[in-house]
Amino acid sequence: MTEWLVAGLALMGAVFMCLAALGILRLPDLLTRMHASTKAATLGVSLIMLGVAIHFAEEAVVARAFGIILFIMMTAPVAAHIIGRAGYFVGARLWDGTVKDELKPHYDPLSHRLDSGLESEQGDEADERGREE
Amino acid sequence: MSTVILISLSVMVLALCLTFIRLFRGPSLPDRVVALELFSSILVGIIGVVAVAVDVALLLDVAIVVALMGFMTTIGFARFLERGGRRDD
Repeated sequence: MTEWLVAGLALMGAVFMCLAALGILRLPDLLTRMHASTKAATLGVSLIMLGVAIHFAEEAVVARAFGIILFIMMTAPVAAHIIGRAGYFVGARLWDGTVKDELKPHYDPLSHRLDSGLESEQGDEADERGREE
Repeated sequence: MSTVILISLSVMVLALCLTFIRLFRGPSLPDRVVALELFSSILVGIIGVVAVAVDVALLLDVAIVVALMGFMTTIGFARFLERGGRRDD
């Protein structure tokens, strides 16, 4: 019974990882590829580690398995955010079918500055003062 | 049971191959970094399944180290891209 549960979890995790790899191969640009790989791979690793925890059923191993799940779930979004940010700043080309790029009017690639779109005149004055100093 | 483990291992190796194609072809460096990150995630999964297959719990420590290294590599490449990478625009 437990054996089959573990095997099923391993198989499901493997299938999710394969889906992530398929997405990273087939999707058209950096951001969509990231969106495929990050979430599906996280789910795959979590399922497999759940299977490992069920298979061994000892405190130390279960703690390690859940530690891995927690670590992956904490680091995957951070890594995706940082890579997406770096990719955008480097100038990764977006897909032709992209409908909206909300960052584009607010980001100046030459000065590497980002404005919020809510700057008042006060903010501009403070800006100029900052430049004079 | 062992057949299912074998099947899931082969599915993950197939996933590794697909990711490797993207790593090889990827038009820009960020694409390759994303593929590398997926590589390390799949590797963690493979190590977990192998730990179940050979019944060695110690392999989980290896999985932890691989996950850590993958995260560090991604952060490092991102810093490199923002600071010193070749611009593509």
